[in-house]
Amino acid sequence: MESLEQIKARIEAAVPGASIEIVQNASPSKQDSLLIDNHHARDVATFLRIDPTLRLDFCSNVTGVDWLDRTVKKTVKVKKVVDGQEKEVAETTEKKIPGYLEVVYHLYSMTRKHGPVIIRMRTADRAESACVHSLTAVWRSAEFQEREIFDLYGVRFEGHPDLRRILMWDEFEDYPMRKDFREPDDYEYEPTPHDDVLEKARRHYAPRPSEEELKPSQDGRNKSEILQRLATQDDNLK
Amino acid sequence: MSEGIDDSLRRELQRQGVWVTSMQELYNWGRKNSIWPLQFGLACCAIEMIATAASRYDIARFGGEVFRPSPRQADLMIVAGTVTKKMAPQIVRLYNQMADPKYVIAMGACAISGGPFKQGYNVLKGIDRYIPVDVYIPGCPPRPEALLHAFMELQRKIDEQKLRGANKAAHLNSEQPSEFPVPAFGKHDLDPPLNSKVFRPPAIERP
Repeated sequence: MESLEQIKARIEAAVPGASIEIVQNASPSKQDSLLIDNHHARDVATFLRIDPTLRLDFCSNVTGVDWLDRTVKKTVKVKKVVDGQEKEVAETTEKKIPGYLEVVYHLYSMTRKHGPVIIRMRTADRAESACVHSLTAVWRSAEFQEREIFDLYGVRFEGHPDLRRILMWDEFEDYPMRKDFREPDDYEYEPTPHDDVLEKARRHYAPRPSEEELKPSQDGRNKSEILQRLATQDDNLK
Repeated sequence: MSEGIDDSLRRELQRQGVWVTSMQELYNWGRKNSIWPLQFGLACCAIEMIATAASRYDIARFGGEVFRPSPRQADLMIVAGTVTKKMAPQIVRLYNQMADPKYVIAMGACAISGGPFKQGYNVLKGIDRYIPVDVYIPGCPPRPEALLHAFMELQRKIDEQKLRGANKAAHLNSEQPSEFPVPAFGKHDLDPPLNSKVFRPPAIERP
């Protein structure tokens, strides 16, 4: 199969105005991907599918990624004149990147037996314009998976034939796979809580009093005080 | 044993070829040996339930082989598998549509407590939040032997039901509800998240 650079050059030649960017993957898998701009997504996808050398006729899966607002720190060494002398000073600049949602498609070719080619699209933000072009018209197998991303991440797919929630019910309002999703506060007792669950357990159930606390003090008030405190906490939960 | 007849007299009569029984025993004996389950499964536990119904384990030995596809004809609901919050209202509705007397076996870790999905946002933490459960089977999934054991426990339970008196069987007691409210789909969770008349979340009891 061609390299991503070659594919990128050929797309740009075939689809005028399309801006393609190669997103590097630093992990050992080295699965770099093509970032496609939303306006030309349909044309680019159609090209990838019908191009005789690529023939990416199989969309294996569609995934969503949630990126929160983040700040990227960059340290650049700059030559500056300080007190009449030229010195090299490290200058740190902070860049704020607003959050966005990403949709990733894994494409293979059944006829040419190659792949995957990974393409991704980004929404403008995580709220009103969380919107990309649906590629269901190009790969029919994307229909349910785009619906799933709509359900769990809240990405709206323009031109999707039937954009409804697929796993959660229609009345549901949240997007559970987003990083800032807050699940309903319905913790119930578990015998062996740990990690996050332990945190929830502490919030809902008073911790077991230590042996030291339970030892009767001289006036015998200690124990009854603790039991009183626990009883009021239990009542608050009801 | 039947009320109103001496046990030794009964044994003596039986030796002479006269079998004495009570209405209650006969009624319970008939019911416990013909329990028709509702034919539905929710997840991997359903595969074990199918194995239990098939030839190797053969639930027909206990009178439970007639799986009915309609709740109107079923006596027993085997909740076999994960109950998602999206599925829970339909399960309660099916239970409501079953005719009395009706029984529920919660099969597997998910059906009794939510199992490995207990801390998730989309799985009900046990079907006993909305409907009364007669027998709970732990396991992930429980083996067919465990389901047969639960079935026999249910038979034992039916055998002990009273026809009269203060603690008579629920289906004969007009004060006991036979239908339970179906939860609605809320904005963030089911509404209500549990039926407090059926279920109370566990509280720590201290001495």
